[in-house]
Amino acid sequence: MEIAKDAAATGAAPARDGRVPVVELIATEKTYPSGTRALDAIDLAVGEGEFVTLLGPSGCGKSTLLKIIAGLTAPSAGRVRWWQQGFEAVGEPGRRLAMVFQEATLMPWARVHRNVSLPLDLAGAERAAAERAVRSALELVGLEAFARHFPRELSGGMQMRASIARALVTAPNLLLMDEPFGALDEITRNNLDAELAELWRRRSLTVAFVTHSIYEAVFLSTRVAVMSARPGRVVREVAIDEPVPRRESFRVSQRFAAYCKALSELLAEASAPVGAQN
Amino acid sequence: MGRLAAGQRFARIAAPVLVGVVMVVLWHTLVKAFDVPKYLVPSPLDVATALVQDWALLSRSLLVTMKVTLLAFACATVLGTLIAFLFAQSRWIEASFFPYAVLLQVTPIVAIAPLIIIWVEDIEAALVLCATIVAIFPIISNTTLGLRSVNPGLADLFRMHRASRLQTLMRLRIPSAAPYFFGGLRISSGLALIGAVVAEFVAGTGGHAAGLAYQILQAGFQLNIPRLFAALLLITVAGVLLFLAMAWLSRLALGRWHESELAHET
Repeated sequence: MEIAKDAAATGAAPARDGRVPVVELIATEKTYPSGTRALDAIDLAVGEGEFVTLLGPSGCGKSTLLKIIAGLTAPSAGRVRWWQQGFEAVGEPGRRLAMVFQEATLMPWARVHRNVSLPLDLAGAERAAAERAVRSALELVGLEAFARHFPRELSGGMQMRASIARALVTAPNLLLMDEPFGALDEITRNNLDAELAELWRRRSLTVAFVTHSIYEAVFLSTRVAVMSARPGRVVREVAIDEPVPRRESFRVSQRFAAYCKALSELLAEASAPVGAQN
Repeated sequence: MGRLAAGQRFARIAAPVLVGVVMVVLWHTLVKAFDVPKYLVPSPLDVATALVQDWALLSRSLLVTMKVTLLAFACATVLGTLIAFLFAQSRWIEASFFPYAVLLQVTPIVAIAPLIIIWVEDIEAALVLCATIVAIFPIISNTTLGLRSVNPGLADLFRMHRASRLQTLMRLRIPSAAPYFFGGLRISSGLALIGAVVAEFVAGTGGHAAGLAYQILQAGFQLNIPRLFAALLLITVAGVLLFLAMAWLSRLALGRWHESELAHET
């Protein structure tokens, strides 16, 4: 498989290409108090400017992994380093995290504008600057006309856009996305994927993305970490060495199909030993 | 669409009114047809006459009962909310005290009212206390539930952005609790009235502080059944008005965003 030739696990080595690692997981494990083993020793690094996707079947612990990166869940073994430091460093300028959840997770009682400005409000940001940031974030996702709407007045796709605007409003240095478009129809999802790819390129974002869609992973990522079923392991990392910006034509190209085939074979392989569980 | 909306409005307002009118007419006809004496079942006309003739007496009693009800409702709301906040602070506090809140709820007020009336010298304060005990539980349980019913994703988001305890309370937990709180308010308003009437029954206070329950008792003793009905009617109307006021308040607060209120729009 030519495409996957440099796919050997890169381990905990600092991200490739001499990029500064934004987050590193070193033998990170997670076992829940109930005894459920969610994650086997994970070694993974996300370098600045990368778009890394965790791809795996449901229940492989990829969301747990993202929560560990977000600092919301503590690993039961191993280490996590953010900007080569502990979690205390997170949140300072240049080291901001933001997360987009599976659902839009907007406050139903607040208008879109107030939802988007929430991270700034919580940080006690100065009003005029916050106002500018909110406006530009809404413009980025094309919701500037809906600032005064309540979330329930928006479609599912628009709610997700608002959620992304809220994540972008702090200009995060690492954006975590947990199957953000999983609940949307395929047409909306494709559109939002294309917009996200464009945002990532234009704003030089660093993204850690979780999905169970092979197509989404190939279209968006610079690198895909293929995970096995529970307990989750990174079985292989596959670089998607394709030029950016990625056009819609990439979706129907032969190379796209080849990547998809390689990834789906890896997924099948990874699930085989524990196939009895499904 | 206009026809549909008109049809729905008819179903919501005109239909129950029609049922009421039919019932009253039926009541009147039956009482007249079987020549039922006034001291057993008065006709609607007798009740209306009593209401007008005894208005001075009844309206004064209505004011007394409403005062007790509203004071008790206010006490229950303030105290219940404070207790709910306390419960929501820690599972330990809730686990330690919640059973006693339940105890308060399941003990029939008629059983403890005599004690309270003995212990509390000021009779009005005693009545308010009784009604508060009856009305407080829905506020406590609903608000506690609401303060805990926070969307886990939003809770994560607040945690990620290192929101302080106060920020989380003001911006997340209180708004999340609001629909539950207003639900509790509706139930509690009715219970406050019931509590006030029951406590008045037990106290049996006459004189200038006579509430509607006292008028019902007296009217019963004197076989003045039309007045009894009139007093009953006033209690019912007061209860309905309280409920409507709470529904209006709830819609005012939640109407813009909450599902329970949005249903009215379409």
